[in-house]
Amino acid sequence: MSKRSRIILDSKQLNLSIERICYQLIENHNDFSRTVLVGLQPRGVFVAQRIHARLEHLTGKKIQLGWLDITFNRDDHRRHEIPLIPSKTKMDFLVEGKKVVMIDDVLFTGRTIRAGMDALMAFGRPSVIELVVLIDRRFSRHLPIEPNYVGVRIDTIVSEKVEVALVESGGNDTVKLYSPEQE
Amino acid sequence: MSGLSVKHLLGIKYITKEDIELIFQTADNFKQVINRPIKKVPSLRDITIANLFFENSTRTKLSFELAEKRLSADVINFSASASSVTKGETLLDTVNNILAMKVDMVVMRHPLPGAGQFLSKHINAVIVNAGDGTHEHPTQGLLDAYSIREKYGEVKGKKVVIVGDILHSRVALSNIFALQKLGAEVKVCGPATLIPKHVESLGVKYEPDLMKALEWCDVANMLRIQMERQDVKYFPSLREYSLQYGLNKKILDGLRERITIMHPGPINRGVEVTSDVADSTQSIILDQVENGVAIRMAVIYLLAGKIEQEA
Repeated sequence: MSKRSRIILDSKQLNLSIERICYQLIENHNDFSRTVLVGLQPRGVFVAQRIHARLEHLTGKKIQLGWLDITFNRDDHRRHEIPLIPSKTKMDFLVEGKKVVMIDDVLFTGRTIRAGMDALMAFGRPSVIELVVLIDRRFSRHLPIEPNYVGVRIDTIVSEKVEVALVESGGNDTVKLYSPEQE
Repeated sequence: MSGLSVKHLLGIKYITKEDIELIFQTADNFKQVINRPIKKVPSLRDITIANLFFENSTRTKLSFELAEKRLSADVINFSASASSVTKGETLLDTVNNILAMKVDMVVMRHPLPGAGQFLSKHINAVIVNAGDGTHEHPTQGLLDAYSIREKYGEVKGKKVVIVGDILHSRVALSNIFALQKLGAEVKVCGPATLIPKHVESLGVKYEPDLMKALEWCDVANMLRIQMERQDVKYFPSLREYSLQYGLNKKILDGLRERITIMHPGPINRGVEVTSDVADSTQSIILDQVENGVAIRMAVIYLLAGKIEQEA
């Protein structure tokens, strides 16, 4: 099946969105002394790295960044044809009593975030968890989860697919929406 | 990426190199999980696993049980000595009775070679062979190869000698299959009476001289003499075996290369290896035990994906 694609964010818009999210984060977290950033594997990590680099540049402070893999906490193990292959978790700190900013590329059903919060608890009891997403696919949630910081909100239908292609993951800093071709 | 090519883990012989690599890759993640403050993941909350041990085991049974519990599966244990097997029940009846209690996966150790295969033809659950007689002990073969990979970065091109009772050893067979599939070179060493006939047909060479074998290898896997499986005398005495095929610190220090020592346990200290070798910095015996839990978690996790979902 061929697919139509439409650019949601081009390189300039994407970087502006990230910049804005960074300033919003600084507003709420001051110097990040009690805050850690956690990117969700696999693609949230790239967004997290981008935000982390900008935040360290803007604040001049070292900020802790972790990668969290949520494969073992997903609720759909054994419901897939192919097995869920995990990615690497890299958490060199505990989140006990800290403010956690969880970062992912696209928020869709909310199940990934649910699993992410579950996985995070293995590293202690955070005081607060906040959620950053680059793309919020509105009105498609299966769970009562809402982001605190959003790049852009879009309206999509289930059969559509959103692709975030950052330079770090081999793309050209664009976000595309793929729609199935009409018959 | 696709999943495992098999529905059961009956032996290394029946799985592919890609399967082994997938298991290793998954085990890397589980190794990280078991070193966290909270060593448990909820993946297999809805699965029940029966550990059926028709033969004594401490390490393997504990390792499997721990792996299952770390994956949040429900676990039931069964050992032959305390069961109806002693009352004359057949294997199939025993297992079918257990499966009637809605068990999804069976981890089985049995004294007869091929018990796992037999079961897989007659029952519906996923089967993991935890040792069938002198045939295979696949998770041990996997964890040994995984430990070599961890130590050297890769298994390919490494030279591994397996020393001791090859004839009665399921560990040896699973090791040979796993190492060869991953591209390692394997030799066996031990008294001629304890080497299976036609062992060369597996593509391994027999080296009767321990010193030559040790000078050749990167890794020496020292097997235990399995007294319980020997109904006739294969060598004059343990002392004589130990003199010819036992590894002590003096021999180890005299080698040109610094080799790695492995042992599947339980160790007969002073027979196949002396205490100072077993506890030396060249020994990775305790790493093997740790890796055993991660490997078994990976195997169970990946095989659990093959269990049919109830409607």
